[in-house]
Amino acid sequence: MLLETAARPARTKPGPPLTSEQAERIRRIRRSGAYVLLIISSAVFLLPFLWMLTTSLKSDADNLAFPPQWFPDSFHFENYVKGWTGSLPFNTFLLNTIVITALSMTGNLISCILPAYAFARLRARAAGIMFTALLATMMIPREITLVPKFIMFSKLGWVDTYLPLIVPEFFGVALYIFLLRQFFTTIPQELIDAARIDGASELRILWSVMLPLARPAIAAICLFSFVGNWNQYLENTLYLRSMEKITLAQGLGMFSGQYVTQYNQMMAVALLSMLPILIVFFLAQKTFIRGVTLTGIAGR
Amino acid sequence: MTAVSVRSTLARREARRFHLFVSPWLVGFVLFSAGPILAAVVLSFMEWNLLQSPRWVGLANYVRMVNDPEFWESIENTVQYGLGAVVLGVSFTFLLALLLNQPLRFQGLFRTVMYLPSVVSGLATALLWINILHPDYGLINKLLASVGIQGPGWLASQEWAIPGLVLMSVWGAGNTIVIYLAGLQGIPKTLYEAAEIDGAGWWRRFWSVTVPMMSPVIFFNVVTGFIAALQSYVLILVMTEGGPGNATMVLGLYIYRHAFVYFDMGYAATLSWAMFVLVIVVTAIQFSLAKRWVHYEFK
Repeated sequence: MLLETAARPARTKPGPPLTSEQAERIRRIRRSGAYVLLIISSAVFLLPFLWMLTTSLKSDADNLAFPPQWFPDSFHFENYVKGWTGSLPFNTFLLNTIVITALSMTGNLISCILPAYAFARLRARAAGIMFTALLATMMIPREITLVPKFIMFSKLGWVDTYLPLIVPEFFGVALYIFLLRQFFTTIPQELIDAARIDGASELRILWSVMLPLARPAIAAICLFSFVGNWNQYLENTLYLRSMEKITLAQGLGMFSGQYVTQYNQMMAVALLSMLPILIVFFLAQKTFIRGVTLTGIAGR
Repeated sequence: MTAVSVRSTLARREARRFHLFVSPWLVGFVLFSAGPILAAVVLSFMEWNLLQSPRWVGLANYVRMVNDPEFWESIENTVQYGLGAVVLGVSFTFLLALLLNQPLRFQGLFRTVMYLPSVVSGLATALLWINILHPDYGLINKLLASVGIQGPGWLASQEWAIPGLVLMSVWGAGNTIVIYLAGLQGIPKTLYEAAEIDGAGWWRRFWSVTVPMMSPVIFFNVVTGFIAALQSYVLILVMTEGGPGNATMVLGLYIYRHAFVYFDMGYAATLSWAMFVLVIVVTAIQFSLAKRWVHYEFK
């Protein structure tokens, strides 16, 4: 029922055996079914957010109640101000996080597109083994290369700088290359052949044929890169030491160490630090709209 | 020039371009990954507590691992959790993505809501799910009780702890939904129109257009889903610490414990290579199965 609407947008003309009235009725039933399912699942998915929200508004005393209350007796909005402007400089953390995230994201984008295109569409004898190596780097547990990596970067004198967090991001991320490659493989070969016949260079094909068609995938990579860097905790803690260099995720971590029981302020700050991600998500999901792409092959 | 030599010149040019395009990743791999990976290999033949200098012990760590019953137990738990999380996650999120792809009002809002769990910090997620899965006060068991069902002990029970963790993982699979949504935009409308003209109903269109066209994306989600699930441990560490008993002691957690609790880096490295082999085997099986069901436009 739902898949039907997925396959055929509501605006499409109904098939011949149905009168337009019948078709309209079926469409309306389907659509309300979809709404019901969406609202039920939204409720389930909203839970953590609501719980964070109510926790952030609890009084210090209600915080410790067990079993935990789902709703506070009174609302304490001052937790937000107290948490953000308390003993930790969250404004500085925010600025640092923005700098690291913006640079890393740029690095990820420019370094993943070319390898992904090569793995998807270019033939070479070494392609198979390199692709295996690419996948293998995703399979090695991060914890085990953590210590050797740290030793390497500290020998370079990069500890307590942003370099170990940013420089590697300019050399491709296996997961994103693999993701983009999968999308590049779905683009019809006819489009590429047509561009080649027109004399387009490989870069031109990538830029004017592949990238516009892979826009939803690019948006997804931007989103993942943003969220990943924004929330990065483990590596930041390892490499950044001075208070004026650390990031939001680290600040939140310090928070829980400093005031063990003050979940309310911690949740308040956590919610604030989530806001930019939600804005980025809302922008990214706009590219996930059917019918923008692939108009060029209607005649094939 | 003969046809053969023209073809080989073209092939060589294509190969050269391949190497040029791949070079950003390849250089990074050599600079930042190869060294630490080699170091991790060497480490697995050593005994090292981070303080004293490492000592060569040959195959001792590997012999110890093969004879370690807790290791085998953790493999079993990891595979159970991985299978549950991937099978349930990949199929459920696919249905959700189809739903979120409908041209409905508030589409952006619904999508944002479904992505929320992936944004919430790990600590908050863990605290929340401890509350949801609590045997007496938990939301799920309260709901079950209201329809007259006595809920299981979830994280407090040997049998239900892993299913509880699987539920949590499915709920946090917003990235999988995003990838599906991105994939759904790439299916040419003309394919659906052609299918409709041929008289295909929605079920037929789903199986003959949506699924094959989405297969590279589904494949990606299955492969990366397994890699992530087989390696995951952070939330499990916060929620159960491997308990009750060893019921949720997954391999990632076992590695973490040896590396950062017992400071037994050598054995942790050995266990990591076991995990690597496990993930490689699972991925290789999927790539060999992929030939039967994944449809690529370019071969």
